[in-house]
Amino acid sequence: MTKKRRRLWLLLLCGLGLGSATALTLTAFQDNLVFFRSPSDIAREAPPPGRAFRLGGLVETGSVVRETGPDGKPDVRFKVTDGPNAVTVAYGGVLPDLFREGQGVVTLGKLGPDGVFRASEVLARHDETYMPPEVADALKKSGHWNPEQGAPPPAATWNTLEPSKAPAGRSGS
Amino acid sequence: MIPELGHFALALALALSLLQVGVGFWGAHRAEARLMAATAPIAAGVLVAVGAAWACLAWAYVVNDTTVLNVVQNSHSAKPLLYKLSGTWGNHEGSMVLWVLILALCGGAVAGFGANLPSALQARVLAVLALVSVGFLGFILATSNPFDRVWPPPPDGQGLNPILQDPGLAFHPPLLYLGYVGSAVTYAFAVAALLEGRVDAAWGRWVRPWALAAWAFLTLGIALGSWWAYYELGWGGYWFWDPVENASLLPWLAGCALLHSAIVVEKREALKTWTVFLALLAFGLSLLGTFLVRSGVLTSVHAFANDPARGVFILGLLAAFVGGGFLLFAWRAGTLAPAGLFAPLSREGSLVLNNLLLCSIAAVVLVGTLYPMFADLILKEKISVGPPFFNTATLPLAAPLIGAMGFGPVLPWKRARLLPALQRLWWAALAGLGAVLLCLAIEGYRIGPAIGFGAAAWVIGAALADIADRIALFSRPRAALARARGLPRAAWGGALAHAGLGVTILGLAGMGLATDKLALLKPGEATTLAGLEYRLTGLRDVQGPNWTARRATLEVRNGDRLVTVLEPDKRSFAVSRMNTSEAAIHTTWLSDLYAVLGEERDGGAVVRLHHNPLAPWIWLGGALMALGGGLSLSDRRMRVSAPAAKGLKAGARA
Repeated sequence: MTKKRRRLWLLLLCGLGLGSATALTLTAFQDNLVFFRSPSDIAREAPPPGRAFRLGGLVETGSVVRETGPDGKPDVRFKVTDGPNAVTVAYGGVLPDLFREGQGVVTLGKLGPDGVFRASEVLARHDETYMPPEVADALKKSGHWNPEQGAPPPAATWNTLEPSKAPAGRSGS
Repeated sequence: MIPELGHFALALALALSLLQVGVGFWGAHRAEARLMAATAPIAAGVLVAVGAAWACLAWAYVVNDTTVLNVVQNSHSAKPLLYKLSGTWGNHEGSMVLWVLILALCGGAVAGFGANLPSALQARVLAVLALVSVGFLGFILATSNPFDRVWPPPPDGQGLNPILQDPGLAFHPPLLYLGYVGSAVTYAFAVAALLEGRVDAAWGRWVRPWALAAWAFLTLGIALGSWWAYYELGWGGYWFWDPVENASLLPWLAGCALLHSAIVVEKREALKTWTVFLALLAFGLSLLGTFLVRSGVLTSVHAFANDPARGVFILGLLAAFVGGGFLLFAWRAGTLAPAGLFAPLSREGSLVLNNLLLCSIAAVVLVGTLYPMFADLILKEKISVGPPFFNTATLPLAAPLIGAMGFGPVLPWKRARLLPALQRLWWAALAGLGAVLLCLAIEGYRIGPAIGFGAAAWVIGAALADIADRIALFSRPRAALARARGLPRAAWGGALAHAGLGVTILGLAGMGLATDKLALLKPGEATTLAGLEYRLTGLRDVQGPNWTARRATLEVRNGDRLVTVLEPDKRSFAVSRMNTSEAAIHTTWLSDLYAVLGEERDGGAVVRLHHNPLAPWIWLGGALMALGGGLSLSDRRMRVSAPAAKGLKAGARA
């Protein structure tokens, strides 16, 4: 094996490795990127059905309803709001320890045809003053917090946020 | 007084490190023997100073000195001693002190055991290490002083995050840091080699034990972290492809590639440029991990800091060390002439393939980890990249890697033929195929787990076949024992590490068959999962040392036989006002029974039950991999030719 041929082999292999890595990354990106949507985003433009995305906002005070399904499976429904709009979320699972009404939450799941968001994961981690950055951003966009007035207030003080009388349509069931 | 001493010791360490940089580079440049000889004692001085600083911090924690801000924010007098000590590194400032302490330990080891290194190489290596420590000591002193005072002192501290109060997590950061910082030593060797323009077998022999030790510690650290996530977070999962987890996986992948390519440099003097590149890359990824975790760009349990100044500082360090290293590489790599030639099908060829695939996986993981950050910055779009992406993108690359893993060790150096290799491995391949068919027969059409079991059987079988072949177990069984004694420990270690990965894959495949169930049970009611009956017999309140809890009692029966009693908790910690779920786990090694208590309502309690087949094998495999690394380190060849390995070995056992 000459030096030249060996180098050619190496180059070929490297190209193959790099190429397949790029191809894999791109195809995986196409199907598996998970976007973040606030309730107002959904009211403005419905996300494509069947595609998973993350929904975040505040858990609307007084909206948490615990049910038991026909098969004895516990189920939870609550509304996620960013002020102007709210979306109903259905979740079958153990809620995280830090899940509270009035606090920031991020959920992962798909929007059903009835406008109910079926969550497969509910994240409310960290401590009780923590606000998920996406949620803070969504609140800022919906006009409930002006970034010019400094850092977002701690989550506990957002509890007073009332959902506006929802405009008709997709803002909850 | 003592905290001020600690602060002073940090400043002293910074001054000594600066001195070490100057003396080391200047001495090596001018070939001044006396200057070069001075670097080792200075490195010892840095070690003493940083050690003293850490001891002062530990003292403040142990006596619960509430005039120290760091103690107030992260400790409490009611905490057990172990968590007071582990609390020193359970926060941003303290963990950086630990980082620098381990770096100083590495410097001390190079100084103490490196007497037989060429003196110019030793001086340059120590100078580069000191440069790294200047960067991090400067970072601590400028932005994250752990000895800041607070006045007036509050009556007691605020406590450590309760989910961090766990023996597994107490040792997770030191092990991980041993891995991260160990790669600083290989980085220093790479930079020194580029400065000297020479990489030879002796260099490879020096770098290999460090790469191996760093990799083994990183393996242990990652396995421990994953195990902790499994039993503590109560989600029943073991790996979430969380950016912070990826940050530790990236240097592991690069370190794994490095330790394999260093073998080629040592044995065959080929792949020199590539090995140097990998050494730079491994440390770069370690620093990137530190940046991601410490700068607060990510939100997770690990991100203590959210001061933008810190992020900018670490980003600057990252740019300086990685950029500087790669610039030097671009400038000087041409001087490293390759020596050994080899055919594509050979041990070297298989190691090249290994490196290529490991680096491709690392590249995919890196893109997936960083993309959301860039998307947020540039596209103003909040995106997350989750497990589905990483699984679909990395598994196709892992499959050929696992296939090649079996072949590599049985191929001879320089030039190989396929047929003899196949002859040695046919029964490992058969075992793999058998495992696939067995899984399909028992579990039905479950392709993923079946392939996983097949891969595990193949990897473990190939490791056994390799050892059997080396000791001539089948061709001359009588002499096998004598040959086994004579076989170098590095061969045993390599086979053990490969088999360890096989064991981990076995666990992953088993977890692919995991089932779970959510049920609302009233006391006396029962539900079944995986053929076992879980009956809720009681709910009561429990008082712990610094928490109160609600505890459920679940009796697990197989028919009439009582298998175990599971008692999952929901704890609330008064000091930090936090709640945690304590999962109850019963392991039989064949499977884990895992129960989590949810909320109570309608006179009953929501419980989540998991049946996790083979789960403990995931971490057992990690321990085996690290053990294999330790066994290789204890090889006589490494000790005789490079005395530093002795120090490493002692470290590996500690």
